[in-house]
Amino acid sequence: MTTLWGYSISETRSIDYDKNDKTFALYLAEKVPSSKLCIGCGSCTATCTAGNLTEFNIRKLQMLVKRGENQEALNNLSKCMLCGKCLLVCPRGVDTRKMILTLIQYLRK
Amino acid sequence: MYYDHFVLPFTIGLNVLIIFLIVKYIRWIRTFSRQEKKLILKGMFSVKTLKAIKETFLESLVHHKIFRTNPFLGYMHMCFALGWFLLIVMGKTESMVYHTSALNPPYFAIFFRYFHPANETFPYSNVFAFIMDLILLFILSGLFLALAKRISSRIVGLKKATRHRPLDLLILTVLWLIFPLRFLAESFTSGLRGGGSFLTHTAGDAFSTFLPLDALAYPAWWAYSSALGLFFLLLPFSRYMHIPTEIVYIFLKNWGIRQGKTFNAFSEIQVYSCSRCGICIDRCQLNTSLGLNDTQAVYFLKKIRHGRDYSVQQENCLMCGRCEASCPVDLRHNALRLSKRPDLIRITKDTYNYVKQLPFTPAKVAYFAGCMGHLTPGVIRAMRLLFQKAGVSYTFIDENGGVCCGRPMLLSGNQNAASVIVEKNKAILQASKAEILVTSCPICYKTFKEEYGLQMQVMHHTEYIDYLIQQHYLIPRPSEWRTVFHNPCELGRGSKVYAAPNRILQAVSQKINTPYDDENSLCCGGSLANTYISGAQRHRISTDALRIYTSYQPDVLVTACPLCKKTFAKKPDAIPVKDIAEIVAETC
Amino acid sequence: MKVIIIGGGPAGCEAAYRLANEGIQVDLIEKESTTGGHLNNWYQLFPDRKSAQEIGQLLRANLEHPNIRLHLNTEARNLQKTAAGRFSVLLSDQGLLEGDALLLTTGFKLFEAQRKEEYGYGIYNHVITSVELENLFSNHLLQLPEGKNPKRIGFIHCVGSRDEKIGNCHCSKLCCITAVKQAIEVREMLPEAEIFCFYMDMRMFGPGYEEMYREAQEKYNIKFVRGRLSEASETLDKQLVIKVEDTLIGKPLKMTLDLMVLMIGMEASEGSREAVRQLSLNQSPNGFIQSADPHYGTNRSNQKGIFLAGCSTAPMNLTDTLTDARSAACEIAAYLKQISSSK
Repeated sequence: MTTLWGYSISETRSIDYDKNDKTFALYLAEKVPSSKLCIGCGSCTATCTAGNLTEFNIRKLQMLVKRGENQEALNNLSKCMLCGKCLLVCPRGVDTRKMILTLIQYLRK
Repeated sequence: MYYDHFVLPFTIGLNVLIIFLIVKYIRWIRTFSRQEKKLILKGMFSVKTLKAIKETFLESLVHHKIFRTNPFLGYMHMCFALGWFLLIVMGKTESMVYHTSALNPPYFAIFFRYFHPANETFPYSNVFAFIMDLILLFILSGLFLALAKRISSRIVGLKKATRHRPLDLLILTVLWLIFPLRFLAESFTSGLRGGGSFLTHTAGDAFSTFLPLDALAYPAWWAYSSALGLFFLLLPFSRYMHIPTEIVYIFLKNWGIRQGKTFNAFSEIQVYSCSRCGICIDRCQLNTSLGLNDTQAVYFLKKIRHGRDYSVQQENCLMCGRCEASCPVDLRHNALRLSKRPDLIRITKDTYNYVKQLPFTPAKVAYFAGCMGHLTPGVIRAMRLLFQKAGVSYTFIDENGGVCCGRPMLLSGNQNAASVIVEKNKAILQASKAEILVTSCPICYKTFKEEYGLQMQVMHHTEYIDYLIQQHYLIPRPSEWRTVFHNPCELGRGSKVYAAPNRILQAVSQKINTPYDDENSLCCGGSLANTYISGAQRHRISTDALRIYTSYQPDVLVTACPLCKKTFAKKPDAIPVKDIAEIVAETC
Repeated sequence: MKVIIIGGGPAGCEAAYRLANEGIQVDLIEKESTTGGHLNNWYQLFPDRKSAQEIGQLLRANLEHPNIRLHLNTEARNLQKTAAGRFSVLLSDQGLLEGDALLLTTGFKLFEAQRKEEYGYGIYNHVITSVELENLFSNHLLQLPEGKNPKRIGFIHCVGSRDEKIGNCHCSKLCCITAVKQAIEVREMLPEAEIFCFYMDMRMFGPGYEEMYREAQEKYNIKFVRGRLSEASETLDKQLVIKVEDTLIGKPLKMTLDLMVLMIGMEASEGSREAVRQLSLNQSPNGFIQSADPHYGTNRSNQKGIFLAGCSTAPMNLTDTLTDARSAACEIAAYLKQISSSK
């Protein structure tokens, strides 16, 4: 249908990795090397107070940053209370708290 | 009128210093808030001033806290401080007795032996001479120790001593020269013209046998005066600013000024009060476990003082408070460090509105497990059992999850966000209408007590269990278990809860006393305050702490914090780590 | 020529039998009163649901061989390499054995589930381990302590494995397929129940495993949720409330369960750790004994004459354990031939 009219009205749903800005992802990998260890098990999100009550999803958030989907990643960043429970359950030893703090720091720069 | 030109270096130095100090202190205190100024005025004419004087004597002169940690180091500091102080006081007294007037210039007492070398016939002149020599000897013995410490810090029992800047080393040399020069000047004069006592007189006689004292005595007084003058002139730029500033700090502290959440003039005063004794270095587990020795309180303050980059130091701290507990100057290192962490999170007061009040049944006692408490269900089970055994009706307010207390946010420096969390949570806690709030998490406990201003009594479960035992609501039977207690940082040093857990463990087990009890307990390594070190480094800290505790061969290592318990659980095959509530539950 | 084998589990039994068949004298030391090790706690094997006891009996029967001396209820106390390159083993009954080669089939230790406190084992009534579930299968009775049938059952993968928080970074390999097998067995006993597996990755590494996984979905209606359990709590009526993230949807998931089965992983056994200490063997970071080469020297250790088989080197299923034991027997036979010819 859209091609019929020659333009598209819906934005693309795919991650355009080539076009996406990866500087944020690189910054995160450099400042919090343990963030590379995530295997996406979701323990952090499962235990998260904010994650259970809002759209904030720490696992998804850092995944989005890694793919350069920065805007979507940062939408709910401020919901985090930094309580550190995620840090205690992560089976890979990702410094989740530092990850959030680093993202906030980057935004302030 | 007694005068000679050689007194000029001393006199000029002293006057410049005094003017500098007065200006500096007034400028600092002027920036204090109105409330703080009121506190100072109120405190000044109260018993608090007497307390401050006592503390000044004990800490600035006798150095009694350093003595407790390290007698050698204490003696060394005492020699310089108390020795010099006594020298001034006795010298002044001597000059007053001689002169029968208090109105003589400061230099007169300092250089008394120059103006009045021989023991003239004034009352007790021999006694004075003897005492003055004794004090000088006392100082020189401290100087000898200080020299030895410079050569090897291990001689005085310090594994790591502070590294100093070149300027500090220069002024150190000047300071060290002062007393030998005084000794020489007095001895030479005594050798020439008599006077002095067992030290200077004997030395003078000996020197006169092989030295041309005629030519040396006068230059020696010049040298002594110059060393004093130079020391006074250099003092504002060196760590020796701690000598006058520490006294100001002690008075302000006693009058009720506290380190707040921001870095202000009172923080500056603390920065200048650090004597860089280096006691905090050996206390710091980042040093003992990880070999990081550029981040301890002494280096953090030093970097601030000299305008260096301290961004790493500001983050690289466990905030376990071990340095604070042993700091001879009693500086608030944790609060200072926190005040330098940047407040970056921008939120509105509605950001955390997603947290809703959950339904609960009202009761006199409210139990709050805390975020991390939910990861140690064994503790929750034990608490439920104890409440039941004691016949307490309680409501478990965060049974279905709750809000974070705000301390982790605060520890990250984000004070605005933390205060919003606190307000949010406070409303929920207040709504419970409970009289007593019992929490299992020392982090929550400290925050509830210090930040919330709740209309109910806040107790950590150690205090509450202790209360239940004291009141015979719980009657535990003593067990044969040998226990070692790891007092969590936020409970012990953070909130000064020492007696309750000790009493409980003595009642229910064979508690082994270790040098790591009470304020000397170790950090488990799980602290949320440090965002700088890696997971592997944390693990090393906790492995070391565990090794130290288990070396006392307890049957159980007992703690009272879900975070500590979880951190210690990482190492396999270790002796069991239990919460104090679990131990009591098993013996009730 | 004589070989001393420490550990009478499947690996030890199979290796003893193969060596004996080659005419080699074997001393097999087992601390328990019977051989078979962890196999004795198992009901059925994956993927074909063969009776574990059947295999156990077969292995046991093989030991009735004139070349095999079996020492039951005996522990190896002190292991030593003599100056002559032989081995002496002091037994708990004060006996002293000597041999030309040593085979360590010291097996594994099951993860102690109470170490993962947030999962509530030993705290909540309705949390059991995979091994306890096998026991229930053996007794053909799957009921809650209150005598009711569980209506919803959850299997939690990776308990004590792939978890740096309890110091085990390795994968125990078998728990995934065990969970699939046990889920099917539970389904057969409780046709009405809802059965879930909570996994991080499904590692179906063996022949027939993936097929079994598919069958579990297709025929047995087992539901799989990709998410790792963060914590469990208990309601007043002793139901469990678990928290996971359904990572494929991207939302936290809360669920009540009547029974939670923890798929406990494998750790290096005490015997392996002790052997490492006494014989200066190389140890992998995960605590198991390290073999000389991961491709061509899997049965050799860093010490000449000391051989390894089965779970002393890594988590292994029964199939691989038996294959590994035969491979070790082959290596040892060649080694003995070589030293006897060089004498």
